[in-house]
Amino acid sequence: MSRRLASGGRLIDRARPLKFTFNDQHMSGFAGDTLASAMLGRGQVLAGRSFKYHRPRGVVASGAEEPNALVGLGKGERFEPNQRTTTTELFDGLSATSQNHWPSLEFDLLAANNLVPQFLTAGFYYKTFLRPRAFWKHVYEPIIRRSAGLGRAPDAESRDPDRYELVYGFADVLVIGGGVAGLQAALAAGRAGARVMLWEQTAHWGGRAPVDGVEIDGQPADSWIKSAVEALEGMENVSLRLRCMGAGVHDHGYVLGNERVADHLPGASGPRQRLWRVRADRVITATGAIERPLSFAGNDLPGVMLASAVRDYVVNWAVSPGRTVVVTNNDDAYRTAIALKEAGEDVPVIADARDEATGALPQKARDLGIRIMTGTGVQKVKGGKTVTGVALCRIDSDGSTHTEVLDCDAVAMSGGWSPVVHLWSHCGGKLIWDDAQAFFRPDPDRPPLGHDGAGFVACAGAASGALGAGDGLADAHAAGAAAARDTGATGDAGHPARAEAPEEAPLRQVWIMPARAGYALRMKMWLDFQNDVKVSDVQLAAREGYHSVEHTKRYTTLGMATDQGKLSNINGLAVLSDALDQPIPATGTTTFRPPYTPITLGAISGEAKGDLFQPLRRTPMHDWHAANGVHWEPVGQWRRPFAYLRAGEDVHQSVNREVLNARSNIGLLDASTLGKILVSGPDAGRFLDMLYTNMMSTLRPGKCRYGLMCNENGFLMDDGVVARLDEQSFLVHTTSGGADHIHGWMEDWLQCEWWDWKVHTVNLTEQFAQIAVVGPKARALLERLGGMDLSREALPFMGWAEGTLGGVRARVFRISFSGELSFEVAVPAAQGRAFWDMLLHQGRDLGVMPYGTEALHILRAEKGFIMIGDETDGTVIPQDLNLNWAISKKKDDFLGKRGMERVAMTDPDRWKLVGLETLDGSVLPHGALAVVEGVNANGQAQTEGRVTSSYYSATLGRGIAMALVRRGPDRMGEVLRFAGAHDARIEARIVDPVLHDKDGEKLHG
Amino acid sequence: MKRYSAFAIFREALRQHQGWTEAWPSPEPRDRYDVVIVGAGGHGLATAYYLGKNHGITNVAVIDKGWLGGGNTGRNTTIIRSNYLQDPSAAIYEKSRSLYETLSQDLNYNIMFSPRGVMMLAQTEHEKRGYLRTERANALQGVDTRFIGPAEVKKLVPIINLDGPRYPVLGALWQARAGTARHDAVAWGYARACSAMGMHVIEQCAVTGVESAGGQVTAVNTTRGTIGCGKLGIVVAGHSGKLADMAGFRLPVESVALQALVSEPIKPCIDVVVMANTVHGYMSQSDKGEMVIGGGADGYNNYTQRGSWHHIEETVRALCETFPMISRLKMLRQWGGIVDMTGDRSPIISKTPLEGCFINCGWGTGGFKAIPGSGWAMAELMAKGNAPLADAFSMYRFREGRFIDESVAAGVAH
Ligand SMILES: Cc1cc2nc3c(=O)[nH]c(=O)nc-3n(C[C@H](O)[C@H](O)[C@H](O)COP(=O)(O)OP(=O)(O)OC[C@H]3O[C@@H](n4cnc5c(N)ncnc54)[C@H](O)[C@@H]3O)c2cc1C
Repeated sequence: MSRRLASGGRLIDRARPLKFTFNDQHMSGFAGDTLASAMLGRGQVLAGRSFKYHRPRGVVASGAEEPNALVGLGKGERFEPNQRTTTTELFDGLSATSQNHWPSLEFDLLAANNLVPQFLTAGFYYKTFLRPRAFWKHVYEPIIRRSAGLGRAPDAESRDPDRYELVYGFADVLVIGGGVAGLQAALAAGRAGARVMLWEQTAHWGGRAPVDGVEIDGQPADSWIKSAVEALEGMENVSLRLRCMGAGVHDHGYVLGNERVADHLPGASGPRQRLWRVRADRVITATGAIERPLSFAGNDLPGVMLASAVRDYVVNWAVSPGRTVVVTNNDDAYRTAIALKEAGEDVPVIADARDEATGALPQKARDLGIRIMTGTGVQKVKGGKTVTGVALCRIDSDGSTHTEVLDCDAVAMSGGWSPVVHLWSHCGGKLIWDDAQAFFRPDPDRPPLGHDGAGFVACAGAASGALGAGDGLADAHAAGAAAARDTGATGDAGHPARAEAPEEAPLRQVWIMPARAGYALRMKMWLDFQNDVKVSDVQLAAREGYHSVEHTKRYTTLGMATDQGKLSNINGLAVLSDALDQPIPATGTTTFRPPYTPITLGAISGEAKGDLFQPLRRTPMHDWHAANGVHWEPVGQWRRPFAYLRAGEDVHQSVNREVLNARSNIGLLDASTLGKILVSGPDAGRFLDMLYTNMMSTLRPGKCRYGLMCNENGFLMDDGVVARLDEQSFLVHTTSGGADHIHGWMEDWLQCEWWDWKVHTVNLTEQFAQIAVVGPKARALLERLGGMDLSREALPFMGWAEGTLGGVRARVFRISFSGELSFEVAVPAAQGRAFWDMLLHQGRDLGVMPYGTEALHILRAEKGFIMIGDETDGTVIPQDLNLNWAISKKKDDFLGKRGMERVAMTDPDRWKLVGLETLDGSVLPHGALAVVEGVNANGQAQTEGRVTSSYYSATLGRGIAMALVRRGPDRMGEVLRFAGAHDARIEARIVDPVLHDKDGEKLHG
Repeated sequence: MKRYSAFAIFREALRQHQGWTEAWPSPEPRDRYDVVIVGAGGHGLATAYYLGKNHGITNVAVIDKGWLGGGNTGRNTTIIRSNYLQDPSAAIYEKSRSLYETLSQDLNYNIMFSPRGVMMLAQTEHEKRGYLRTERANALQGVDTRFIGPAEVKKLVPIINLDGPRYPVLGALWQARAGTARHDAVAWGYARACSAMGMHVIEQCAVTGVESAGGQVTAVNTTRGTIGCGKLGIVVAGHSGKLADMAGFRLPVESVALQALVSEPIKPCIDVVVMANTVHGYMSQSDKGEMVIGGGADGYNNYTQRGSWHHIEETVRALCETFPMISRLKMLRQWGGIVDMTGDRSPIISKTPLEGCFINCGWGTGGFKAIPGSGWAMAELMAKGNAPLADAFSMYRFREGRFIDESVAAGVAH
């Protein structure tokens, strides 16, 4: 029975007991415990249920590699599923619940799956559930979904109350892993003078060495670690960070780290986690190694644990699993037996697969009186929800008979170790198979390459395959010194520390136990504990032709659980290789993908949520709109007034009122969102001639010109008015949505193609407030403000002038997007609101009234002006919109010119712009298609046109529309049939799109 | 081929599953085949399958440089829908979707087509108008879609946040018969069915050159020798440019990495696929319980199938905003796939300047859904020389300016 020992525990503070609950049961542990150690200390071995078959699961490891002991942590909005108990630091009031069972952890009905294991082989679901067809969606899939998934989903409406921080960091040398190798590498690089960052994922420096009884420089590991950390803390060029997991290594030394700042201090002020994005010149991964389980029947029962984990629990947390049988193929696991024995626990036997065990560690175990059986393995583990005993057998047998049966509470297993090569592999580092030590390790000759073709990741210590502390320290020192040198550091890296550890004899490669086990045993040997993948499953996959390791993985789900195969991968590969009768390196590994351990999505988002998700852009008049009945429309990150509602009005009534007022009195439009890009320099004219389809270089200062911009394919992408400010500068107006994009487009051409042209661009959109003053009385109002001559003669249509209006510096553009007499006035943003207020005040008796974007749309549609995004959609060329007049025939070239010349673009059958008039005066649905009889080769209805804009025109008292219609302009007066809702057809006549002020008298007024 | 069924499993269980045979054998390449398909992704395998099934052409080899299904077919986020805007797209995607409905039974392999419904959120007025337009177009194309209001969105997706401060949900385009399928199973199922017709599926065999005589394709050079062919189909997605180069022509295709990720598995909480194009992210929950999340493609051309970071941040941010309850779930794994992007973001199914050589590519970020339809059309094109479904997708359309631009309707084309 697992329990807390009376003394010991290097990480716990017995003076500080902490209370927590597991499945609402009150329990207690100590400061320094992990949830796993605290639960084991309380005798709670059963922790959860497996993914597919709901088998009982207990803790198997002591760190990030844990696949089994996952719980739901916290309550309410702080609830979090799938937390590893082995990496959860205990805190007072922690509440945990077990997962994936119904109705309870102890009694899970879904475990009924276990009754028919012989049917539930790898991939059985690909072979069945085929009929009846409708059953997949309605019966099978829902059942599968419900029994799969691990943790409970957070509540639908829950909002994460915690904060997360995103930070950038820079380092010459980033060392990941704070075991003795990481510390040593950091010491070397730090002494040499490099800027060093050192990360450790747990809350403690030193890693395994103190548990494994290593001596460094003649002192116990703990004291060397303490002085190493002090030395590092004393260096200004070194920064250290605990609880920071190196998550991913990306191209160009871009490394991601997840720091759990306050996971163990819930509710503390400040961020809960911090996501580090570090650019490092060199990365050293000193991430250690992970012990491998052994594959024997019943190895998934709660109480079967990694030998190293058992040792961790005893030494670090003074927790013993009880009477423990040790099963191994190597010397290292003897340390576990010794640690247990020294803690006063019972180790009835060490079963060693090797024929002899003669090294220093076995000898020490013998001296302690532990019985050692060589050539022996586990036939099967006995027990139901926890281990009750183990049957041993000859390792080379078929396991049909046992040699001995022992009662025990736990089995400590060790199948050897595998370096943690994940971070090395993320960015393309290659591995080699080390047959003597039976693991893949980084191939130092094929590292991930940086921009300069040099390797930018190196491994140190156990991560590079140097399992012994002595070799590991030397290796780490060399890596740290080399990395520092690579980054230009010239200081003296000093000497590596020296470690003493007993010699270890080689392991014996044992992939299944016993070696010739029959099917009945093999179907009980777990490879992937969480996903329930067994030795027999991998063998079946091989038989069925899923030979590639990727196929086997995907077919069986081996290594696809939340631990991403940290325990199962190599064992699975070995079994597959054996089944295919090929050496392990021929099988290869699956790809290692970031992150090393899962990262909270909230931490990836950082602070960008809610109001901070994206910036809200406000025009200078924003607050006025908000206070005056605005109905907002989001336009990109802007908010624009759709209309201003007055008491008792609905939106449509407001819009109609705004339209009519602009036509008869004065409308004001906040046009500040309009893009305003200053293009200047000696080549500015030439540049704009390339950008626009028409000629801009000939524009005279003081004049404006409307222009079209196309992409290389000739499709219209933006339009607007260009004003020439002086000989070398132009002010380019873009659509509101296009401002940033067009500025980027300009820079793209200037930086990538015409880099030698002397042109400078600045996006001035937010520097100016811009107000359109629209309507027959517009001039009268502006003249009242005084300061500029805005007469027809002084400022004719398509001219602009600079001066002072009502005391405010202003540029006045005599342009119109409404068909009315209209001025667009730009004033410095800071004075925008004052100027707006002035217009409202001075114009009160003239009937001044702001209008929103909907009225803007209707006014332009009445006049037949196109709107980018309505009449255009990325497939429309200017010619489709009858804008041939705006395409220069004189220019040799402009963007889109060649594109427009392609056959399909000059096809007379193209859909072209027309106006539409419904026969019954109704408003056509937006996007409605004109249908013709018959179907095309694919059986689809034939169409010949599409409504691009459709509104109710208060001016005309009926629906108006613009449309693209096949040969439209040639078909004036024809009646088309548009598809309405259901099978309804709406008849509309083709008319001229210009419905208002056809002669332009008002426009030029 | 041994038929799969519950009964077969039962029978095998009684003899320790010793009787199962390889789903597809791994034969040595022959000297010559009537048709060689390069690329054993979904599209290549489906092409072979329909060559056999619809046109009786079975002396076919499908060859791949790696393991079959190891390209984008095995890396994608498996969204299947057909509510495309343009007529030619709607035709081929709808054909594909309808073939998916019965594919498990056709192939006798459960590809787990799950018609759970796909919705595309409208989060600006502009986007809403765009989807209304698509809805109208789909009605005439025979594609069953509907624009639904925010209340119905919430009912279908209880975890959604309708009132994000920046982009409130104004409604959604909803295709109830769209959904997802198990990507690997699609490749495996086709491979098994092709093998059962006597075709050769040859893995670990990279094509290194294309041979021709008198403007007619005659053979491919591979890492396992030269293989003669009557006709050649190039179906290699991200590597199309390279193969076209071997065959002596150029393609208007760029290759970029598209990013995706999954969360840890949790119990069912979202039953449909949701795409949020304004904020650029989409999410569904796999049968295993993982949130399957995707977003943008990298902004630079690339052939390394690696996950990069900056898009992940943007995508996750967008989805945490759309589904705030996912904030405390964890990202388990991220990866990238090389997608082949054409100028108009629509595919190419086409004859080429080399007689007898055909190409199928350009599916970019959204070709998983098209696998059966594309295979159907490509097979017909290769067998007969023309195919109505493929007509509009000729590679010559770029020269002529006959684009089929879907970006019109949706920013993210999955
Ligand atoms: C992250 C991501 C998410 C996606 N999400 C979706 C989605 O939700 N819905 C959707 O519909 N689509 C999606 N897609 C797109 C979809 O995956 C692809 O369009 C589709 O799978 C392409 O299939 P394919 O058969 O053309 O290509 P692939 O599956 O890539 O197959 C091409 C094959 O060609 C082989 N090959 C290449 N060069 C050679 C050579 N020289 N010799 C021999 N063989 C060669 C490759 O090894 C590969 O197996 C996504 C893609 C990615 C990357």
